Amino acid sequence: MTRYTSVTDADLAEMLAAIGVGSVQELFDRQIPAGVRLGRPLDLPPGLSEQEVYAHLRELAARNVSAEDEITFLGAGMYDHYVPAVVDMLLGRSEFLTPYTPYQPEVSQGSLQVMFEYQTAISELTALPVSNASVYEGPSAVASAGYLARLANGKARFVVSRGLHPHSRETLETYAHGFGAEIVEVPLRDGVTDPDAWAAAIDGDTGAVFFAQPNFLGAVEDAAALAAAAKDTPAVVVGQYDPIPLGILKPPGECGVDVAVGEGQALGNRLDFGGPSFGFFAATEAYLRRMPGRIAGETTDVDGRRGFVLTLQTREQHIRREKATSNICTAQALNALAGVVYLSWLGRQGLVELGELLLQRTHYARQRLTAVEGVRALHEQPVVREFALGLDVDGVDGVRAVIRRCQDAGVNPGYALGRDYEEYADGLLVALTEQRSRADIDRLADVLGAAVAAERAAVEVGA
Amino acid sequence: MSASVQSDPVVTVFEKGAPGRRAFVAPGLDVPEADALELLPAHLRREHPARLPELSEPELVRHYVKLSRRNFDLDTGFYPLGSCTMKHNPRLHERVAALSGHARLHPLQDPERSQGALELMWSLERALAEVSGLPHVSLQPSAGSHGELAGVLLTRAFHEDRGQHRTKVLTPDTAHGTNPATVTMAGYTVVKVGTNPDGGVDLDDLRAKADEDVACLMLTNPNTLGVFDPNITEIARIVHEVGATLYYDGANLNAIMGKARPGDMGFDIVHFNLHKSFTQPHGGGGPGSGPIAVSDRIRPFLMNPRIVRGEDGAFDLDDHGYEKSIGRLRGFQGNYGCFVRSYAYIRSLGGEGLADASETAVLNANYLLARLREKDADGRLPLAFGELCMHEFVLSGSPMKKDLGVRTLDLAKRLLDHGYHPPTVYFPLLVDEALLVEPTETETRETLDGFADAIADILAEAAGDPTVAQNAPYTTPVRRLDEAGAAKRPVIRQALSSD
Repeated sequence: MTRYTSVTDADLAEMLAAIGVGSVQELFDRQIPAGVRLGRPLDLPPGLSEQEVYAHLRELAARNVSAEDEITFLGAGMYDHYVPAVVDMLLGRSEFLTPYTPYQPEVSQGSLQVMFEYQTAISELTALPVSNASVYEGPSAVASAGYLARLANGKARFVVSRGLHPHSRETLETYAHGFGAEIVEVPLRDGVTDPDAWAAAIDGDTGAVFFAQPNFLGAVEDAAALAAAAKDTPAVVVGQYDPIPLGILKPPGECGVDVAVGEGQALGNRLDFGGPSFGFFAATEAYLRRMPGRIAGETTDVDGRRGFVLTLQTREQHIRREKATSNICTAQALNALAGVVYLSWLGRQGLVELGELLLQRTHYARQRLTAVEGVRALHEQPVVREFALGLDVDGVDGVRAVIRRCQDAGVNPGYALGRDYEEYADGLLVALTEQRSRADIDRLADVLGAAVAAERAAVEVGA
Repeated sequence: MSASVQSDPVVTVFEKGAPGRRAFVAPGLDVPEADALELLPAHLRREHPARLPELSEPELVRHYVKLSRRNFDLDTGFYPLGSCTMKHNPRLHERVAALSGHARLHPLQDPERSQGALELMWSLERALAEVSGLPHVSLQPSAGSHGELAGVLLTRAFHEDRGQHRTKVLTPDTAHGTNPATVTMAGYTVVKVGTNPDGGVDLDDLRAKADEDVACLMLTNPNTLGVFDPNITEIARIVHEVGATLYYDGANLNAIMGKARPGDMGFDIVHFNLHKSFTQPHGGGGPGSGPIAVSDRIRPFLMNPRIVRGEDGAFDLDDHGYEKSIGRLRGFQGNYGCFVRSYAYIRSLGGEGLADASETAVLNANYLLARLREKDADGRLPLAFGELCMHEFVLSGSPMKKDLGVRTLDLAKRLLDHGYHPPTVYFPLLVDEALLVEPTETETRETLDGFADAIADILAEAAGDPTVAQNAPYTTPVRRLDEAGAAKRPVIRQALSSD
C-alpha cells in the first residue's frame, strides 16, 4: 500500500477471493508470458515521504534563477507578465483541475462553457470568426496551420518569413517533412520581411505563407501588405501573433489573414520553463470544418435549457481516424481557462491600456539603451514590446558574455539573437512586460553599459 | 451541483458586467509620454477594441466559481473512464510545481542558471527509461498524440537514413483514433490489422500484411480491450523481420509499471502519457505531456535539444545533441510543469511504489469485473474478451440493448444520476455497445462495490421500466443535449452587440 492506495490485508483477501485467484501476482502470471515479465524491482530510488519530496523539489527549484530572482528582460516567445491571483485560485479548483475532456456534457457544462467563452475571446482578439478550444502551444500551432493548408489546397510549397520564431520554423519543417511540403524561406530586410522577396516567392503552387506579428526581432510587420501579396493565389495566409499587443495592433482578421495562431503563455500562464501553456488557433469561416482540435458549441437540452457540447467532432481523430484534420486529443484546456480568465480580468479597456503602456515603455527603453556606448538599434521599425539591439562586441560569444556580466549584476538583459541568426551575431533581443518599470529599464541601461564596456576592455586586454 | 446553481439562467462572461467596469488596473505611465501615433502609425493600429468582458474581480470570481460547480470532477467522485487512467492527483504536486524556481523560470534561461530544472528533467528521463526498458528519452512532446507523431516521424527518419521509402503503417482495429490520424499526418497510409478471438493481434493477418513497404506497427499492450497480447514476442519478430519498427502507445502503461517493460517486449519506441500513469491532472482536457523513449537504433534521430550531463556533473542543453535529429516538435523543452509533478510522483512512490500502483490497478479492475459479473446473473453486460483483465476491461451492452431496450449510452447517462462518471462508451469500436471500464489503483474497495451496486440497480430498474434509463439523466445541471443540432448550425462564440 502506498499513500495513494487503500487495499488493506483484509481487503486484499476478500478481493482475491471474489476474483478467484490466490495472489495479485497470479493475475500477472496468467496474463503476461514469463519471457517478458520484468522479474526484478525497478532500479529507481526508494519512495519518499511527502515532506521529503517537497524538500527535494524545493532544493531543485532553488538551483534555478527565476524571474523572481533577477530583473529580467528575457522574452523571445515567452514573457514574464503578471499572473493575477484569481487565475491561481480558479485553476486550483478541483472542478477545473481534475476532470477529463468533457465527454459527458451533462456533467461538464463548466468546462464546455469555458471553452465557448475562450473561443469568443480569441475571436474577439483576432477579429476572426472561428476559434478552436486550444492546441498545444505556439510553434506546433504554426505547424498545424501548415497541415490545414496541405489538406485544404493540396499544395506542397510553404513560404516562410525568416521573422517567424525559430522554433516555429523548425517545428513547421519537422511536420512538413512528414506530410510532404517544402519550405522556402524569405529573408528580413531592415528588420522586417523583405517585401520584394516575399512577393517573388509566392506563386500558384504555394500552399501557405507564414509570418509573425510582431516578428522575432520585435518589429511590427505590415501584415495587411504581406497578406495582400498572397491574395490572388490559393495560399492560406498564416500569421503567428503575440496576443498581448493585439490591444493596439490591427487584428489579423482585418489584415486578410486566413489563420491566426500563437503562443498563449502571455495570457495568464506561468513561464514554467516553457510549458504547459496553450496555443490559440483562429480562422476565417471557410476553415471551420478543417480546424484541428476541440470546438465547443452552443445548443439546448431536452428541456430547452441553454447548454454546450463538443461539436463538429466529425473532424476529429476519435471519429474520423485516418481522415481526421489533426491527431490532437488532449490539449490545453486548463491553460486556455487561464487565458480567458486573464482576458476577462484585463477587460476591454485593460488590454488597450496594457498595449499602450508597453508601447511607451518599449520606446523609452529603446531610446535609453541605444544611447549607451557600444549599443545600437538593430532596426528602426515600430516596436511594441520587444526590440533588437546590436552590441559592439565580438559576435554571439561576446553577446553571451555581456549577458552573463549583466546577470551577475542581477539583470537579465535578454536573448542572444546570434543563437538563431548568424546575420545578427551581435544581436540582443530585449523584451518588456508591465512588470518592468522605468526604474528597471534605467537599471538595465547602467548594467548593460558597464557590461559592454567591461567586455570590450576584457577583449582588448586579451588581444 | 446544487439546485440553486441549476436554476440560475446560463449566461456567459460576455453577458455579464457593464461598460467601464474592470478588475485590472494598469501601472501608471512612468516614462515620458511620446506621441503614440508616431510610435505606431495609424495603418498598423487597431481601430475597434476587442469586445472583451467588463467586470470587477468579485463578479469574475463568482462567475467562474459558479461555472466550476457545473462540472463533475475526480476529487468529487469515481471516474472509471477507460484508457484515461483517472487516478488521484496528489496536491503536493501542485505545491511544488508552483514554487517560483520552477513556475517563474524562463525557458531560455542560461543552462548554468537552470541547473535544478535540467537535473529534474535528466532524472525524469532516466526514470522513464527504466520504467520502459528503452534507454533514450525525449521529454519534448506535449501529449500522447504528439508523442505518437514523434514516434512515426522517427520511424520515417530511421528508414530514410537507410535509403528506404516505405509507405504503410499497421494499426490494429482496436487502436485509439490518434494512431491512424497520426499515421496520415506523418505521410503514411494506414493498414488495419485484425483482432483474434482472444482479443489479441490476428497473427495470420499480421503476417499477410507485414511486408517491406511497412514502416511500423503501432500497438498498445495491454490493448484497448484490457488484454495483454501473449504473442507479443512473436509479433515483434514478424515486424522486425521485415525491417519495420514497433511502436508502443503508452496509454495503458498503468497496467505494467514494474511488472513488464515495452523495451523487453521488443518495442523500439514508446510514448508515455504523464497525464495518465504519472498523475498530471487532466484539467478538463489538458495540459498533458507525452515523452518518448527509444531504442539504440532510433536514438540518432531524436528531437533536439538534448539534455546532457558533463563530466563535472553540470547539465547543459545541446541544440545539436542528436546528429540526425528530426528537428523540433514544439517550442522550448516541453511541458516542464508536468515534468515537475510526474517527477515528484516517481520520487514519492519509488520503484516498489510504481509496481504497487500497477498491481493495485489490475487488482481493482479484476475485482470490479468480478463484482459486476456476480451481480449480472442474466448476462446483460458480458465481458467482451477473456476471463481476467489487466487494468481495464470492456463490457458489451449488446444483450442489454436487445433484452431491455437500453443502450450503453442510456446506462451511462443513468450512472450520472447515481453520482458516477460513466466509463468510456462506444470504444473500442469493434465491440458492439462497448463500455470500457478503468477503475485505477487509487479507488477504495467500497467505491468499487458502490459502483457495481449502481450498475445492478440500473439493470434491475431497466428490466421494470426501460424509459427511466432511456431518458436519463435527471439530476444534472442540464439533461441530454442536442448534439446533432449543434453540429448542423454551429454556434461557437457568443454573439456580441456591434457597438
